[in-house]
Amino acid sequence: MFPAPAFLSNPERFMAFSRWAAPMFGVIAVVLALAGLWLGFTAPEDYQQGDTVRIMFIHVPAAWMSMFVYACLGGASFLALVFRHALADAAAQAAAPLGAAFTVLALATGSLWGRPMWGAWWVWDARLTSVLVLLLFYLAYMALRASLDDEAKAARAGAILALVGVVNLPIVHWSVNWWNTLHQGASVFRKGGPAMTVDYLYPLLLLGLAYMAAFGSLWLVRIRAEVWRRRAEAAALRAARA
Amino acid sequence: MLDLDPGPYAAFIWPAYGLTALVFLGMIAASLNRARRWRKKAESLTRGPEA
Repeated sequence: MFPAPAFLSNPERFMAFSRWAAPMFGVIAVVLALAGLWLGFTAPEDYQQGDTVRIMFIHVPAAWMSMFVYACLGGASFLALVFRHALADAAAQAAAPLGAAFTVLALATGSLWGRPMWGAWWVWDARLTSVLVLLLFYLAYMALRASLDDEAKAARAGAILALVGVVNLPIVHWSVNWWNTLHQGASVFRKGGPAMTVDYLYPLLLLGLAYMAAFGSLWLVRIRAEVWRRRAEAAALRAARA
Repeated sequence: MLDLDPGPYAAFIWPAYGLTALVFLGMIAASLNRARRWRKKAESLTRGPEA
């Protein structure tokens, strides 16, 4: 068993940990976001993209998060399915709406960058299409969970769907290499190091970390909400039987 | 020097930042409201305040 899930699989320990960790991640997110935005709006205009390069500072972290959150959803679903961790299922359920929101942001801000740079709001290239499929997996997961009254069946079906969707993650990541896409290739996490000046790299990384911390904070808040929901429903059931 | 004048690209940059701010505010409000609602419900159905 992995140490972190083992530690967090106890609801009491998780609630005690998340009580201080959620606000702490929130504060870290705000500080990093302010620093990243300051650097982003003091960076020089790009010689090709002009001022639209500033959209990259919020688009790229949203795109990273859309995949990272899905990896979390897949990991939590795996733990829920194999080890029957109730908290892992709560974590999966809590991650999905946040991941969907990050994916919508990635698509929308990408579109707002694409219109002036490519001359099109949308193109059916492999990267954009695979990210759209990622959004559909998030929506399908949430719809499936909402459509089943039996919590155990919903958890199992949702986990299986989430794990099927994990197949899409490498497709999103390598789509720009496997197909001839209009979308540019990797420019930060690539062999030979980042292909951009520190003027753009630092605000991008700071905002990436801010998005990550914000997700950490909101994820914990939503898992706590899920724990309370399950406690409330269990208590209501006990009261009804008494 | 802070550059808040995106020139001809203002119609694309400000909506991108505005939408991002809105989505983040929505995620924060929805998450906190959900936690508050279920915490109150759980507390009213069980003994005392939760962790």
